[in-house]
Order: sequence, then C-alpha cells, then structure tokens
Amino acid sequence: MTGKHVTFSGLFLAMLKRDMVIAFRHPSDLANPLIFFLVVVSLFPMAITPDPEYLAEIAPGVLWVASLLATLLSLDLIFQSDYQDGTLEQLLLSPQPIYTSVLAKVFSHWLLSGLPLALISPLLAMMLFLPAQAMWTLVLTLLIGTPVMSFIGAVGAALTIGLRKTGLLLSLLVLPLYIPVLIFAASAVHNAALGISVTGHLALLGAMLALSVVLAPLAIAAALRISLGN
Amino acid sequence: MTNFLLQGNNLYCERDRRILFENLDVSVSAGEVLQIEGPNGSGKTTLLRILTGLSDAYEGELLWRGKSVRKVREHYYQEMQYLGHAPGIKQALTAAENLRWYSVIHGSNSVAANDEKGNKRIADVLAKVGLQGYEDVPCHTLSAGQQRRVNLARLYLSSATIWLLDEPFTAIDKSGIRSIEKLINEHINEGGAVVIATHQDLESVPNLRRVTLSGVPGDR
Repeated sequence: MTGKHVTFSGLFLAMLKRDMVIAFRHPSDLANPLIFFLVVVSLFPMAITPDPEYLAEIAPGVLWVASLLATLLSLDLIFQSDYQDGTLEQLLLSPQPIYTSVLAKVFSHWLLSGLPLALISPLLAMMLFLPAQAMWTLVLTLLIGTPVMSFIGAVGAALTIGLRKTGLLLSLLVLPLYIPVLIFAASAVHNAALGISVTGHLALLGAMLALSVVLAPLAIAAALRISLGN
Repeated sequence: MTNFLLQGNNLYCERDRRILFENLDVSVSAGEVLQIEGPNGSGKTTLLRILTGLSDAYEGELLWRGKSVRKVREHYYQEMQYLGHAPGIKQALTAAENLRWYSVIHGSNSVAANDEKGNKRIADVLAKVGLQGYEDVPCHTLSAGQQRRVNLARLYLSSATIWLLDEPFTAIDKSGIRSIEKLINEHINEGGAVVIATHQDLESVPNLRRVTLSGVPGDR
C-alpha cells in the first residue's frame, strides 16, 4: 500500500484556502466580531466619561476586554458549520494528520477574527486617548494574544460542538483560561503607556502562543473525536 | 485464518438505555457487498458509524484486516471511504471545490491541482453523476438530489478498498440509483468491498449478503 500522504503545506494550504473562500462568501459572519468590537469600545466614553485622562487610564483594559469578548463571540464559527454538514466527520476519517487540519482551521479563524481586531485597534485606541507610545504594544499584544485565544477557544468549541445550546457553557469553559492572557496583555499596554519596559510581558505572551500552537491542536483533535464519537 | 477485510465480533450498542443490537457479528470480505437493513431507528447509522471507527459507543471487537481498528486507524482510513448521513459538502463551495478538497484530505492528488488535467477529471466525474456543466456552481443553488450526487461523485474519484455508504440513494432518482449500483458492481469486481445501509433491493448486485437489525426495543 503506497502512503497517501500529501505534504504538510499542501494540506495546510488547502484547508486554509477552503475556510477563507467559505468565509468570504459569507461576509456578514466576517464582520460580526469586528462590529462588536467597535460598538463595545465606543460605548465606554459615552457611559463613563469623555475625560481624556481617565479614558487613557482605562483604555488598555477596555480594548483588551472588548477584543476578548469579540473572540469569544466568534468561536462558534470554527467548527459548527463543518459539524452540521458532515465535513467535520469526513476530516476525522481522512488518512491525513488531524493536527495539520486543525492547525489550519484555527489559523484561518484567527486570520478572520483576531487579525482584523489587531489591525483596527489603533483607531479605537486613539478614540480612547491611549498614549501614542503604547500603540505599538497594543497591536503587538493583540497580534500575539488573539491567536492564543483562538487556540484555547477552539478546544472549548470542539468539546461543546454536539450540544444544542453552547453559548454559556463555552464561555464558562473558556473564559477562565483567557484570564492569564488578559492580565499580561492588558498590563503590558498599561506599562507601555507609562513608559515602562514590557519585554517580560511580551515574552510571557509569546511563550503562551508557542505552547498553544504545539499543544492545543492535540487537545482539539481529541475533543473532536470525543464530541463526534457518541 | 479468515480473510475478512472488516470484521465486527460480538458488537453491542445501546442508546438511551435501549439496546440497539447485541451479539452482532458482521463481516465483509473483498468482492462482497454487505447490506444493512432494518426499520427506522434500528441503528443502521449507528452501526455504520461504529464500523468507521468514528463512534466509540460500543462493546465488542472491530477488526480491519485482522487487526483492531483502534490500533491501525491510519491504515484503515487510507483504504476506507465513508459517505455519511449528512450531505458532506460545503454549501458555499462549488462542486469542483468540494471534490478538490476531498481529494486533498484523502491524499489522492489526481484532481487536487487546478490545472487542465484536474479540471477535466472533475468534469468527467460530475458528468458521470449527471451534473455536466455544474462544476462552478455553488452547491447551495443545487437541489437536494444534485447535492447528493456531488457527494456520490467522490466514489468515482475514490481509490479506497472499502466503501461504507449510509443511505446513498436518498433523494436520488431511478437512473441515478442504477448507475450507483453499476459503480458498486465495478468496485467489487475489482476486489473492493461495500457496506451499505439502504432499503433498496440491490437486485443487480451479486455477492450480496444482508444483515437485518431487528429494531425491537429491548430494555436493559
């Protein structure tokens, strides 16, 4: 029997392309997290105070909590439609390493949710009067932190996939695991605004990303097998 | 020593405290078709999902070429093609894109490339299931039967030894059923095997064996 393996990049790119094509044919799903992010952040000045000094103080926390919630909102998109139309079980039954496919799926989720958030964040940061020297740190923490949240969230999404009402359970599962990311990222931005070095925070966030890239796909694959196994 | 391809010994499965089947022995060898029959809710889909290795909710022994499926999962999946209850195609993608994706995850590169040869192969296969000219039409605009046919087109591209088919004739018209039966005959003549859950009488298929699930509710 000849091995029927495609290369890592062949499989990864095919999965990525598929998810991207599907996403861009449903542009409304694409815009949801972004609009949520915009709306939540813009509510704060109205509800609390338009005072620039005070807003600058709370900006790192507001921006990070809003992007965390926006990510949480988009987690359903990772596996739900594949589960419903049966392509997810086909993926599990293929001879290709599930690790690669899952990695590609989470990566494409990040490209469609986390990356746009990171790119639009400077605009909202200006609205909240975040000091200019913290801008790059904000973008950087979002670029490192949102993929971590996509990976962790995908584990929760995979575990809850067969259940009918996943919303609350998924939040309960995933939110506690988001807290370390939130703490380090928000305080990095805060420190940057004060002009303190943030290398340590960024290194820790980077370590979290490295760990989740390596370990999360294994957990996701196992969770998918459990969810589809009964 | 037996030469069964796929063998399930003493299978037992229960759902919601209801025994679907117990002491069930199923086997299929090369050149053979195994038809799973039984009334609605008797566990045909459950049995097929167990035979794919997807479902773990059973007791008993499941062997692929004499070795436990749990241990040789990857070898098994290289030679197994499963058409499930769900449509198995992405609505947003075109027929060609769906087939191309499948050929990548099944590791057959014959149509994966978006070149002339790959495109021709996909057009040929779609013509065989009666969908000529539909290559680049998004699947959500197709009818239920046509979507089913896109999924069935995978069988023409498949190089798998064993096919597990769950109600493949749903929403398929008579001529479609005939051509699938013909395809099944070709497959077993080439030494393949088929496990099929259907209510159709597969009259034209030789080497047919039947397993009937009683569907009689049994309390635990």
